This record gives sequence, C-alpha cells and structure tokens, in this order.
Amino acid sequence: MIAIVDYGVGNLFSLKSSFAAIGAEAVVTSDPRVLRDAQKIILPGVGAFGDAAEKLRSSGLADTVISEAKKGKYLMGICLGMQMLLEKSFEYGEHCGLGLIGGEIRPISETIPAGLKIPHIGWNPLIFRGEKSPIFKYINDGDCVYFVHSYHGTNCEENTIATTEYGAILTAAVARDNVFGCQFHPEKSGEVGLSILRAFNELR
Amino acid sequence: MITKRIIPCLDVKNGRVVKGVNFEGLNDVSSPVELARYYSENGADELVFYDITASFEGRQLFTDILCETTKTVFIPVTVGGGINNVADFDRVLKCGADKVSVNSGAIRNPDLIGEAAKLYGDQCVVLSVDVKRKDGEFRVFAKGGREDTGMEAISWIKRCVDSGAGEVVVNSIDTDGVKGGFDLKMLEAVCNAVSVPVIASGGAGSIEHFITLFNTLPKVDAGLAASIFHFGEVSINDLKETMANNGIPTRLTGKEIR
Repeated sequence: MIAIVDYGVGNLFSLKSSFAAIGAEAVVTSDPRVLRDAQKIILPGVGAFGDAAEKLRSSGLADTVISEAKKGKYLMGICLGMQMLLEKSFEYGEHCGLGLIGGEIRPISETIPAGLKIPHIGWNPLIFRGEKSPIFKYINDGDCVYFVHSYHGTNCEENTIATTEYGAILTAAVARDNVFGCQFHPEKSGEVGLSILRAFNELR
Repeated sequence: MITKRIIPCLDVKNGRVVKGVNFEGLNDVSSPVELARYYSENGADELVFYDITASFEGRQLFTDILCETTKTVFIPVTVGGGINNVADFDRVLKCGADKVSVNSGAIRNPDLIGEAAKLYGDQCVVLSVDVKRKDGEFRVFAKGGREDTGMEAISWIKRCVDSGAGEVVVNSIDTDGVKGGFDLKMLEAVCNAVSVPVIASGGAGSIEHFITLFNTLPKVDAGLAASIFHFGEVSINDLKETMANNGIPTRLTGKEIR
C-alpha cells in the first residue's frame, strides 16, 4: 500500500486517482501509523515552501517521513514535496527542508535568462543524467512531462537524475538511494507520468 | 525547450458536450468523460472544460462529470464558466481541476483574481477574456461576447495579471468562428503587454493557422480551439507532427511518430 501524506496542502484527488489508474492501492492519510505501515510514501505539495514545511512539521508527520525514509522505505516527493526533500529553500526567506537529499531550493529567475516567463509552466522534455534511474524504467530520454514551478533544486547535481531545459538547465528529478523527487507532476503528465509512478510502485 | 501547447475546449451543458462529435472508437459522442479521454490519448496537451449550464442542478452534474473525468484523464484540466467566487474555485479544484478560468466573474468582481491567487497560487488562476475591436481600440466584452463592457482590453488584461492571473486566454470575437486564422494583431498586443503565458483562441480553421501563429508570435504559448478538433477537421496528432516538421517545439505522443 502507498500512503499519500495529507498535511493540509493542496488537492490530492488526481494523485490518488493516478495510482488507482495503474492498479496500485493508495490511501490519503495524515496518520503516522498508516505511514509506518505503508510500503511506500508519497509526499505531495503545492504552494509556498515555508508554509508547507511548517504544516508538515506541526502535524508531526515530518518526523515520521524522515524516520521511515531513513529506515529504507521508498519515498517520492512531488513538486513542492520534492523541494522539501532538500536541505533548505530560499523562497520568501530561508526555510529548512527535510534534508534527505543535499542541496537547496532557489528561484529559477536566478538561473534562467531575463524575459522568459515565470512560472515555468508546460510540457518540457526530460534529459536523463547519469545512470538511468529505476523510476524511468518505462520511459525514454526526451519524453515530455508537465511542469509548474518558479523555484528549483540547486547544488544537488550529484543526486540529480534528470534535468530539463528552459533557457538554462533546471533540476527536474532527484534521487538518493530509496528517496526520489520529481519537480514535475507525474499525475498530470499523461502516460509518461503514469509510467513513472508504475515504476516507482514496482520498486522492491 | 518548453513545448507549445495544443488545447481542445469542450463546452459542457447539463453534463453533455455541446456540438457532438463523431470519432472512430468513441461510443458516446457527447460524453465529456469519453471525449476527454479520447483527446488525452490523441495528443492534447491540456483540456479546457467550459460549463455553460445555467441551472444549479446542471452545475452539480458538471462537478460530478469533472470528478469522473479526472479519475481517468491525467493531463492538466482547466475549468471555466460560472466561476464567480472562491467557493466556485474550491468546488472544481476538489474535483481534480488544475486551473480555473474566470471571465465575467472577474468583470463583476475585480477582486476575485487576487483573492483566488492568494489562496491557490497564480498558476491556478487563468484570465479568459473576449475581445472585439470597437471605436479603434480592443474592447472587453462580457456575457459570452454579447455585452460591451466599455473597458479597453490591454489595460484590463494587465490589471488582471498584476492581481495574480497566471495565464491569459485571449479569445478574439472578430476572428472567432470565421476560420480564417488567429487574430495575430490582437495577440501581439497582449504578448507585448504581459509576461505570463498567453493562449490564443478564436479563428483557427486549419493546421497552417497554428503554424502561422507560433512562427509569427513566438511569445504565444498555446493554441486553443473547439469545433475544428470536435468535427475532425484537424487532428491534433497531425497538427503536432506538422509543428515538429516546422521546427516548432511540440510534445509528440503516439508510437507512430516517436
């Protein structure tokens, strides 16, 4: 069973539906016991980093997510959930992340040339980095996924498994051992996105 | 490189798609769920559901249909029509919509965009605007293009973007339904005025019209159309293949062209 962490941020309807579509059992939960019982954990997120990180901490779920990940349980952060896997973010101030993967979140405006639209919204091809990640088992380098973001991971090159090009190279996905993160939305990326979730679901 | 989006728009009334379609493999041509799935499997980058229902019951039915659609369709969905307050945003976002487009609701209550952007983020709020030339300027029209608001369009769009609209759908009433091509002059004026994604609507009659749109106005992010897709005059896969052959970045799906 996959546990989708519900800490009061954003809408989890599509995410839950996407797992149903690949035949995986997923529950939306804010119960730490369910997270401990689950085989895998999904950390979603939309909105501002500081607010979301605070909610995750005050709900007590941050500690559970960290301890389960450290025990080796498969974890995937999506969008802001991916950003929270890193050490800190500079979105409106400075905020601590979960620190499961090294690096920090910075505005893409610091990376991309002036004149490009922000947020980076739309379908953009993935550029695989290093050895092909197991979550990309069913997809190809160059497949498009759907992005909506204004911030991205920096100083996380050694854990970057895919990038995308938007006037500059942006971090698209990260992984370290059993912990994975996607800046894009697999649940909104059509067949390619579902294939990523399927591969994650099959990790053993 | 980010790809140019192709977006079919489905008008839904009392839970059914208006302007029924006849595609091979589609059992129920006016089922929003089936049609959405068909488009998603055939190259659409995003879907717009436009609720043109007037009754309360019809509106309930619309949200049911929306939930059913997003259970099986995994591309971004924008919902418009009858969005008048943040409760309407909440109602459709809970059903799996990704973005909400406001038109008359923002004209009636100019604070709506700001309030919604604060709650759900700029990326969630789409301004949809019907524009028509009048007295030598671009003018905003309300009520599906029937009523002249007297407002100049470019300044209205700018104001809405400043309040938090994260995307703008520009529908030209002058070119809508004519099938003679997009309104390039109007779109250029909008692109030069705002820095958020601009979606062109109104006037597409052929694949060439999309090619001209993206080649002439590289700042346009997406093309939206309804009847030419619904009536099978333009297949999205053919359109995207032609875009790719013309060097326009596009997301190619389907094994035959990968």
